[in-house]
Order: sequence, then structure tokens, then C-alpha cells
Amino acid sequence: MSENSIDHLVKMANQIAAGVPVAGTEAKVDGTASHINKFWTPLMKQQISDFVSRGGEGLTPVAAEAVARLSN
Amino acid sequence: MLQYYEPEKDFGTPPSLATETVGLMIDGVAVDVPVGTSVMRAASEVGIKIPKLCATDSLEAFGSCRMCMVEIQGRKGYPASCTTPAEEGMVVNTQTDKVAGLRRNVMELYISDHPLDCLTCPTNGNCELQDTAGEVGLREVRYGYEGNNHLDAEKDQSNPYFTFDPSKCIVCSRCVRACEETQGTFALTIDGRGFESKVSPSQNEDFMASECVSCGACVAACPTATLTENTIINLGQPEHSVITTCAYCGVGCAFKAEMRGNTVVNMTPWKDGKANEGHACVKGRFAFGYATHQDRITSPMIRDSIDDPWQEVSWDEAFGFAADRLRETQQKYGPNSIGGISSSRCTNEEVWLVQKMVRAGFGNNNIDTCARVCHSPTGYGLKTTLGESAGTQSFASVAKSDVIIVMGANPTDAHPVFASRLKKRLREGAKLIVVDPRKIQLVDAPHVKADFHLQVRPGTNVAFINAMAHVIVTEGLEAKAFIAERCETPTYDQWAAFIGDKQQSPEATESITGIPAADVREAARLFATGGNGAIYYGLGVTEHSQGSTTVMGIANLAMLTGNIGREGVGVNPLRGQNNVQGSCDMGSFPHELPGYRHISDGETRGTFERDWNVSLDAEPGLRIPNMFDAAIDGDFKGLYCHGEDIAQSDPNTHHVEAALSSLDCLIVQDLFLNETAKFAHVFLPGSSFLEKDGTFTNAERRISPVRQAMPPQAGLADWEATMGLAKALGVDMHYDHPSEIMDEIARLTPTFTGVSYDRLDELGSIQWPCNEANPDGTPTMHIDEFVRGKGFFAVTEFTPTDERATRKFPLLLTTGRILSQYNVGAQTRRTENNSWHDEDILEIHPHDAEERGIKDGDWGGIQSRVGDTVLRVKVSENVQPGVVYTTFHHPFSGANVVTTDNSDWATNCPEYKVTAVQVSKVVAPSSWQDRQKKFNEQQLELLKGAKRRDETARQPG
Repeated sequence: MSENSIDHLVKMANQIAAGVPVAGTEAKVDGTASHINKFWTPLMKQQISDFVSRGGEGLTPVAAEAVARLSN
Repeated sequence: MLQYYEPEKDFGTPPSLATETVGLMIDGVAVDVPVGTSVMRAASEVGIKIPKLCATDSLEAFGSCRMCMVEIQGRKGYPASCTTPAEEGMVVNTQTDKVAGLRRNVMELYISDHPLDCLTCPTNGNCELQDTAGEVGLREVRYGYEGNNHLDAEKDQSNPYFTFDPSKCIVCSRCVRACEETQGTFALTIDGRGFESKVSPSQNEDFMASECVSCGACVAACPTATLTENTIINLGQPEHSVITTCAYCGVGCAFKAEMRGNTVVNMTPWKDGKANEGHACVKGRFAFGYATHQDRITSPMIRDSIDDPWQEVSWDEAFGFAADRLRETQQKYGPNSIGGISSSRCTNEEVWLVQKMVRAGFGNNNIDTCARVCHSPTGYGLKTTLGESAGTQSFASVAKSDVIIVMGANPTDAHPVFASRLKKRLREGAKLIVVDPRKIQLVDAPHVKADFHLQVRPGTNVAFINAMAHVIVTEGLEAKAFIAERCETPTYDQWAAFIGDKQQSPEATESITGIPAADVREAARLFATGGNGAIYYGLGVTEHSQGSTTVMGIANLAMLTGNIGREGVGVNPLRGQNNVQGSCDMGSFPHELPGYRHISDGETRGTFERDWNVSLDAEPGLRIPNMFDAAIDGDFKGLYCHGEDIAQSDPNTHHVEAALSSLDCLIVQDLFLNETAKFAHVFLPGSSFLEKDGTFTNAERRISPVRQAMPPQAGLADWEATMGLAKALGVDMHYDHPSEIMDEIARLTPTFTGVSYDRLDELGSIQWPCNEANPDGTPTMHIDEFVRGKGFFAVTEFTPTDERATRKFPLLLTTGRILSQYNVGAQTRRTENNSWHDEDILEIHPHDAEERGIKDGDWGGIQSRVGDTVLRVKVSENVQPGVVYTTFHHPFSGANVVTTDNSDWATNCPEYKVTAVQVSKVVAPSSWQDRQKKFNEQQLELLKGAKRRDETARQPG
């Protein structure tokens, strides 16, 4: 594991998904993906994306969907 | 700006703000002045000085000394010119035989009870009584000196910074009025009557035991040597002065550093300083001794390991050693394995260079600033809703406020000079809503009483701010026209549906926030309907897991009520350190270039790339907490820490210490061997604000000059040291003066286009944006439209923090600061300010204390899920049951051993304000405190053994 423990990244992603200041699931997913893209380092993004590709256990649905969009 | 020392001109009475004028003749000179101007001031405006003692232009006219009497044609008697308003057609004579004789008689009476020790008096050469005696031509005292007098009155030397010598008092009441009008503390009074009248702190106590807050307003107001700074008594009068800006809190007071040679004799608040208008607090006014404290380190030092003694080296050797280590680290661990932290205590120019060195020299965006741990949510929240990461007003704006919310801030302690403005407005009748878990001083201060103290439970700010908005929306109190014209309609409609839901109502949130629903409803109605509504907030808002959300909720509330875009209203973050605003403006965040422009913006990045002749990384870098995590994971190995003590100030000390211990190269630039420096391999001696040129930007976006008053103790100013390191790393960086750095800032930052040192000299200070559209700066933002265009109502859902009271940790710890100490205390602990606060104390409610068998003065063990520490306990009803409180000014307190790495969802600003803890009675320090004591002793021994590197090389074996 490098740069950040995955648990910490999962917690951060879930917090962002809960915190993005918009209404509606679709907007929240967009907002979460945009936030992670804007503020996380490439390595952190890579790590959370890899984690999602391995199942992403512990991520909320909004966070998981947002991270999935990062990879696309 | 070097000036020969000269007291600032005193017009005698304050200016009138009226626009209508009257014309009169004074000594044959025609003068037009605003209605309400005193005759004394009108005379002074045209250069006619009427003798005075009780009058000074920072205080309302009092009319007690009878020295300023004049003759006015057509009027009987000899009115006091200070209390007589100028009137149309008035003909005034300030000097006639009659008034001259009367003035001499009055002065004769004063001097009959005054020591004639002018030659040995500390204010010799700067005494209004002495000057006025000269002006009125006093030549004898016919009454003699043998009668009853006060010449033997005992001095009060209890205050470490000034002496009260009542034998020299003329009972003019300037000190009493300054304490009331300027400071708003009401600590002084005139006790007794007639001959027995005397100045009395509180109820005949000495100054130190009284309610006096040592702001120095009384000392500045005193026209004699009755109240005199001890530095003046010890060193004599200054001979020149330098106008500069205070290096303590985000108010950014302007001062005259009054000097003898290179020695500061006095720090006098500058009357023309727009942030403070001649007022100060105990820190800026008196606590400057740290700059010349014996603990200052004045030679660069290096060492291979933190177990080795330090070696003193030349600047060039230190730069070379540091640069080699950083480059080796990058070669071994990759380009992203190093980073830097800029300081909110340093100048804009220095911060600019640090972020430039990281971006252009380190080749990454691993640059962050200590604003990460205080106001980063302000940047995020205000940018999202209003479009700019800054407060909207000037401090002076509060004079036009009618209803003021103070939320999660303690201005009397943390921003005292602003608090004095605020209290003045409250005394004039403005309403006050305090939102704070603690009973801060503003809740019930002399002549100030909050209309509401909403004692919110820590961690529930969002639920509260939503409830306020809910009431306004559901009761139809919103500013409909403002919203329709100035804000995005679709997002407002979405938000209104969210906020109107019963879940956000005061009744639904009462069990969450602990605030009675009826109080929230009343407070919301008052804010929505009470006239100009202003919101001031501090770290009690930002340092939460939903800090950014609360900031957005505050912006929502301001837009909802139309309280944006004019004087008297607005969203006002009270910044903690002197240059928090500036360090953020200067591109210290890992995702942003200066001027809050995202690093991924190719056009902006290209501008910098061309100017700096480098290629910049388009991806965000590591934030401070990410750096710590990466260090522990082994990927981040080198850090340049510029004027910040992360080992003491950042949360979860165990985690921070583990991270710092993991580094191969830690470079610390600071005034002192602070807690972080004890983990360092390179120490670059810093320069205090008195030793360099530059600018600070305060909480009202005011860029103010910092001017060198003495040479840097270590030979280089901070900007020169950073430049030296950057050059050693191969960065093309050369400036002869910080003004050239400001020119580069202006060239590359649209909000600073019109800023230069010449313009700062011309205007005194400038509030950004300062550009073609606003050539003299921008006191009030968002006047006609928001910076983002239309205002954005953010949907602020409440999410409870993970830090919740549990059976194991049933109390919530919240942290704050007190008046006499500043941040980690590195500066104030090295001054006499320790007389007021020499250790951090845990406040606990009597109910919680009794349950635990804890009494006042006991040692309390505080345990959280990440660590434990021990502090002395004060049982206090200032905190509510279930909440405990402490400060973090002393390193051995270990307050941050207890705080966790829980952080704001948007910015990772730590949740200092909420930590679930248990408190128990103990008799010994914690194991961390024992370890810390030993580590500190070891590091101080290694410092004591510091030798010149060449001497070390000569030693055998």
C-alpha cells in the first residue's frame, strides 16, 4: 500500500459523496467524481479506482459510482 | 517608510461624518467643516492648535480640563472649544489676553500638584502636559507645592508592560474613556470625588488583578507620564519609526515600530491604519520581545540524523546540503516524494516564492499551507456559493450592521481589535446572536449582552444553520427580489425544496443541536427582518467534518436575506493568523495556482510556464494530511516546512510524529527550534516581521505593507533564504527586493494587477481585487453581481460526525484560544504574555466534574480514541454539560495528542472542534508527556552541542 491507506481513501470518498452540495443522486455522483478529480493526486485516484475494480467494499453507492466514472 | 519620530497629529475631537458643511472664521481664517465638527477640530484643520489636555481625536469630547477655552463673538463666557460645535457664521478667537490668562491659571493649578521632575521623567520630550504648559506660557506656581497633593501616591507596577504612576495623574479621564470607547472593556473608573478623585482599575485593584486586558489604549491616551510603557521607561524615547503591520492575528493592525537605532522601543497602533484605526491588543502592542529572545537561532544548521548534534554551517552550505538531500530523495523515491508547506505567518512575497520553488523546483504540486488546518473550508465554501474565496466586507462595515451573528468565533480573545469595533456597534444598539457551545465573553460583557446565545452542540452546526434558513423560507421572510435578481433560480428552487422540508425545522433539529426550537425561530426572524444582517465566523465553523458545508450554509443565509453587496452586511471569516488570506491567495494549495485558479486550467498554467520558463504538473498535489499518510506509507520522504509548527499544531500528534520520523529530509525554516524542528535535518533561521519587507493580507482582503525595522538576525530575510534554496535546486530565481516579487504577483494574478509597492505607499493599504476595474481596491465585494455571476444556493445536508459521544468517550472536547497567547505560542510564550496564561487548562462543567470527583485545580486525564494527555482542570459553567474545552498554546499540554484525524469532507481541514473523550482524575502526566519531556531534553542537548562544522571536523575520533 502506498501514499494512503485504502481505508482512509474510502472514508474520504464516502464523506465527499455525502457532502457534495447538490440534490439528487445523479448530481451527487457527478459532484463526487468532479471533486475527487479536482482535489486528489493521480496516485490516490488510481488507488481508489483499483479498489473499486476489486469490488469497492465499504464505498457507498454514490461514491462507488463516482469512482467508476473516474476510470471512464 | 522610514520616518523621523514625531507623534501623529491630534485634531482633538473625532471627525464628523456629516456631508453638509458649515463655514466659520477662526482667528481670521475662513474654514468649512462638516456639521457636527467641534471648534477645536475646525481650528486644527487649518493649522491652529488650541491648547488641550482632556481632548484627543480618538475619543468623544469631554470638556473637563478647561484648557481649550476660546472666545466666540456674540457669546457669553469662554466655551470649551472641544465640546462646542462649529456653526455657520461663527467668529472664533482662540488667543486673546483673557483666554491666555485663564489658561495659565488653570495650568498653574494642575502643576501645583504635579512632580517637577521633567528631566528624569520617562515621557520627557513626549508629554502633552509639558508641551501645554509651554504653550500657555506658565512661568510660576503661586500656590507653592506644600499644600495637599498626590506626589507620594504609590506606583502600580503590577502589569508587565506598563506602569501606572498616579502622582502624575491630572484626572483628565482620557484613560477611562479610552477603556470604554476604544476598547470597550470598562475596566477603569474615576474613584472618589474632588481632591480624592483618582483613576481606579476595577474596584481599586491593581491593574494586573483588574479586568484590564492590557490593550494599551489607556497608555496611548494618557497625556502625561501617568501611564507609560515600561520599554519607554527603560529605554527612553524613540528617535525614528517605521510603519508596518502586526504579525499576529488576521485583523492585521497597522503599527508604528518606534525605534532607537535597531531597537524597538515601542509599538504604537497607527491611527491611519484602516484595519485598526489606532487601536491594538496586548499581543501586537506589547508582545514583540520574542523577536530578540535568546532562543532565536541565528545560524543555519544541518545534521544527518535527528539523533546527531546540530552543526552550524554557512547559508550556502545549508542550501547545498538541503538541495542535495532533496534531489537524492527524488532520485530514489520519485519526483512526487518531496513537498513543501508555506506559512500563514510569512509575507505574501515569501509564500509566493515557496509555492514557486515547489512547482518550478520540486516539479510537483505538493505544496500546502497551514490554512489547511484552519480556513480551507472558507476558501471552498465561499468560492462555491459566491465565487470568491474571501470575506465580503471591511471591518469598518460592522458600524452599519443592525443584527450580527457571531458563530464559532471568540473575537474578544482571538480578534480583539475587531471585537472592540463590534462592541461599539452593539453599545449603539445593534442586536447580537452568538452561536457557540461555550459562553464566550460577548454573551455577557460590560454594556454588551447577546440577544441570543444559541449553545449549539459541537458537530451540529449544519443542522443549526439549516434550521435558521428553514424558518426564513417557510415563514416567507426571504429577500425575494434579491434572490430573483442575484441568484441562480433553478438551484434556489431545488435548495428551497430541500430546506423547506420539516426535517430541517428547528423542532426536528432541536434534539440534534440542543438549541430550543423557539430560540432558533426568534433568532431567524430577527436576522431576516432586523435590518442589515452580518455574519462573522471563525474556526468553530470551519474545523469540523462538515466545515465547508457550514460555510456554504452561512453564505446561503446571507443570500437568502439579501445581506450581501453593501456595507453593514456580508459573510466575514475571522482569519486566525496574520496572513491566512494571503497564503491562500498566493497559490499555496496543491490544486490551485495563485488567484484560486485550478492547476488543470491549461491557459492559466501556460501563463505561469511562460513567465517562469518551466513546465508545470497539471495534476493536484498532496495536502498536508495526505503528506503525513504518504510519509508513513514510505512514499513521501522530503519536506520543506516554512514557518509552521506542524508537530504541535496539527491533529493526532502520534500520527504526525510518526510521519516526521519517517522523513529522510526535513527542512524547517523558523525563528526557534520549534517542535517540528526537533525532527529536522536542516534548520534555516527565519526572520521576524520586524526584519524584512513584504506584505500581509488580512481577513478583509487588505494588503498591508510589512517594512523592515531592523536587520535580519541571521543575515537573510525569509524571502532571501527561500531564494537561496531554490537557486541551489537549480530554479532560475532572482529578486533584489520583495517589491519585485510583488510585481511578479501582479503580473500573473488578475485580482492583484493594480498592486505595487508604489501604490501601497500611496494608499497605505489595498483591498483586492485591485485591477483596471477597481484601481483603488475593493472594500465591499459582490455589489452588483457575484464573482461567479449568480449566487449558488448549496444543498447543505446534515451528516453527523463520526466523533460522537459514546459510553467509553462520553464527553466532547472542543478547542480554542485565549487573548494573551497566539496559536502554538512560539511567539507569545517568549514574552511577558505568559504572566496571564502559562499553561493550557481544561474547562469542565461542574456537573461533569462532580460525577468524576474532579475539583478545581486537579489534574485531569483526557483520553480519546487516538491518545491521552493530562491538563490541570478548571471547573466552569462557561461550558455546557457534556462538553470540555482547552487551548493548545503550550507544547507539553499535548492537546493534539487527543484530537483525531477526522476532517472536513471537502478540504481535509481537521475536526479540532469535536473529539469524543473521557476525563478522569489523575496524579501523573501521561506517557506521551513523559516521552515528550525526554525527547525535548535530548533535542535541546543536541542543540546545545551545536558547533561550527569546521570545528566538528577538527575534533578527534
